[in-house]
Amino acid sequence: MSALFPHRHLLGIEGLSAKDIVSVLDTAEVFYEVSRRPVRKVPTLRGKGVINLFFEASTRTRTSFELAGKRLSADVVNISTSTSSVTKGETLLDTLKTLEAMRPDVIVIRHPSSGAALYASQKVGCSIVNAGDGTHEHPTQALLDAFTIRRAKGRLDGLVVTICGDVAHSRVARSNARLLGMLGSKVRVVGPRTLMPADCAALGVEVFDRLEPALEGADVVMVLRIQQERLQGALIPSLREYSKTYGIGPRTLRYAQPDAVVLHPGPMNRGVEIDPATADGERSMVLEQVEAGVAVRMAVLYLLAADPGTGMTAG
Amino acid sequence: MPSHDAPPRAGSAPPSDHGGRPVHDADVLVLRGGRVLDPASGHDGEADVVIERGTIVRMGRGAAEGFEGEGVTSIDCRGRWVAPGFIDLHVHFREPGQEYKEDIASGLRAAAAGGFTAVCAMPNTRPVNDNRAITELMVARAREVGGARLFPFGAITLGSKGEQLTEMADMKDAGAVGVSDDGVCVMNAAVMRRALEYAATFDLMVSQHCEDHHLTAGAQMHEGAIATKLGLRGWPREAEDIIVARDVLLNVRARARYHVAHLSTKGAAAMVREAKARGQRVTAEVTPHHLLLTDHALLGYPTSCKVTPPLREAEDVEAMIEALRDGTLDCIATDHAPHSPIEKDCEMSAASPGMIGLETTIPLLLGLVREGKLGALRLIEALSTSPARISGIEGGRLGPGARGDVVVLDPDLRWTVGRDTLQSKSLNSPWLGHELTGACMTTFVAGKAVWER
Repeated sequence: MSALFPHRHLLGIEGLSAKDIVSVLDTAEVFYEVSRRPVRKVPTLRGKGVINLFFEASTRTRTSFELAGKRLSADVVNISTSTSSVTKGETLLDTLKTLEAMRPDVIVIRHPSSGAALYASQKVGCSIVNAGDGTHEHPTQALLDAFTIRRAKGRLDGLVVTICGDVAHSRVARSNARLLGMLGSKVRVVGPRTLMPADCAALGVEVFDRLEPALEGADVVMVLRIQQERLQGALIPSLREYSKTYGIGPRTLRYAQPDAVVLHPGPMNRGVEIDPATADGERSMVLEQVEAGVAVRMAVLYLLAADPGTGMTAG
Repeated sequence: MPSHDAPPRAGSAPPSDHGGRPVHDADVLVLRGGRVLDPASGHDGEADVVIERGTIVRMGRGAAEGFEGEGVTSIDCRGRWVAPGFIDLHVHFREPGQEYKEDIASGLRAAAAGGFTAVCAMPNTRPVNDNRAITELMVARAREVGGARLFPFGAITLGSKGEQLTEMADMKDAGAVGVSDDGVCVMNAAVMRRALEYAATFDLMVSQHCEDHHLTAGAQMHEGAIATKLGLRGWPREAEDIIVARDVLLNVRARARYHVAHLSTKGAAAMVREAKARGQRVTAEVTPHHLLLTDHALLGYPTSCKVTPPLREAEDVEAMIEALRDGTLDCIATDHAPHSPIEKDCEMSAASPGMIGLETTIPLLLGLVREGKLGALRLIEALSTSPARISGIEGGRLGPGARGDVVVLDPDLRWTVGRDTLQSKSLNSPWLGHELTGACMTTFVAGKAVWER
């Protein structure tokens, strides 16, 4: 546990203070520079073990945590459901206890059940990092988004951030709404009412039905992935109509600030929630987000696992 | 051919009157000087109760006079409450099939320890109690065990699949007190209509688990601000209200003994109130947890608070208490649903719904009495007289001629909920580790003590 970040786990943005969040972002700045050096490795977590335990498919989050651990010289092991005992019927509790017996310092967990990261933290002695639990939280995504926005805009306070799309099923939206609200941004959400959770305002956001007014004056446009399976749930009639009414592209972006930036947590459905020209355009922060992801996750692992007194770049 | 003409006196064929520890096996049992609460006669005050050979012979001030000497056991009940034994219309005893969670023996012990002298076992056993053989097995098992009496509910449909009606008349002959597909709702309105009509033919109670499953797919808790914050799929009130409304409409013509199991929403309470005002045949039960807890209890993802229907909001809890006071909700039923750590020590979405309730009901609901939210006599009525009236199970009164099913409570005894204090095999209670006030001291079934603390 570090004085900068007085927590044993990172389970969600809820439970963190604004000061904690700024600590992570400031620490990530240092590691961002490290990742741009010719030798992108520091000995900070030498001898430490990090297990990435992923019960859902993931490319960028898992790779990002893996690289973050490796750049800090930790021993990193990846476990995904297809290769684990879960396919043999092992419970989450048994999987956690088995991994704990191998004495890791950090378990990074992604699980389809909301609350799974908290549950894990109650069952094992090591640090737990939530890499996405059901539709609850995805704190490192919100931290990397905040990092990206702060770099692009120089601040978070006073910004208008519009989150577009499937808020009901999005842990990214929940974590971002909490984080950005705490740091002084005004957060709006927009989408068809079928994709808004009940009592959405409880997330501390302003809720909009239509895209254009929601984008009016926005400094940041955060686009959420729309999933094909929402068609089966009778939540949207077609991807075509969704794209037409809620897709982010040159036409709709006109309502936002001229210097507004566009974020997407990925993977993108080009031509559905985001126009390809916008995804690849100069306002797009998509690749910046990916780069920030490694730095932010290095910061999180450092703050949770480094021995007291260990410098950020020294062993 | 068996006759179905007899009135619904399920109690007339007592499955398990004998057994238990013969603590007070005297011919005459005298309970002296307790606060006697007898909702049937409206009596609430100091009195004696005299039980002779399993039947109450006298009740009132000074009723014990002259009962002394050989063959008379006298119990000093000063400072205690004396009430009719409680009747629970809704328990899950898991036998046959899941005896590691609970079985009929442990379930009946838990019932007696909670002051319940009769319980109705829901049919979601493995296999489902959808035929005479399983009903008979449960009744026989309970008779063997003794203690509190057990009355099974048979399933409404085969396998509780909601398609084909069960042999209700046959199950009634074997001892079933009613029918229910509890755990799932009879979703098909045509099937429900026929179930009501058919059950009415044989004067069987029909207890419905009111849940439109299309509206609750994947639901983990009540739909609302807390579910949104926790990222858990919500169960909207409408899923319950729609089925209550539909069934009340279907029952206008069917005139069955329709009963709403574990009612939880303010809207459903209002509909039952209106239906009763129109003279329709409908009764309803509420669980202790829906009288006490809200969806805020789910913060931190405690799987012990995952129940169906889910814990609702403060306004629903207030509506439940109001509806219990005014009689819209006839009775209290525990929905005692034991689960082992296999079903509960896991992530939320993998957890089975349900909590145990038999042994915590009295201390928890005495809390409502202490807070002035519920009258003592009404509480006892909702636990004994009302469920007896609804189900036809004999009991629920203390007057001369009544069964000697009596409970003696200490309203002030403090105890801690835990492995050492519970009789149930399972510990899935949000009150585990909590100190509660009030306990059942002695439970008599037909004058025999089947539980003593």
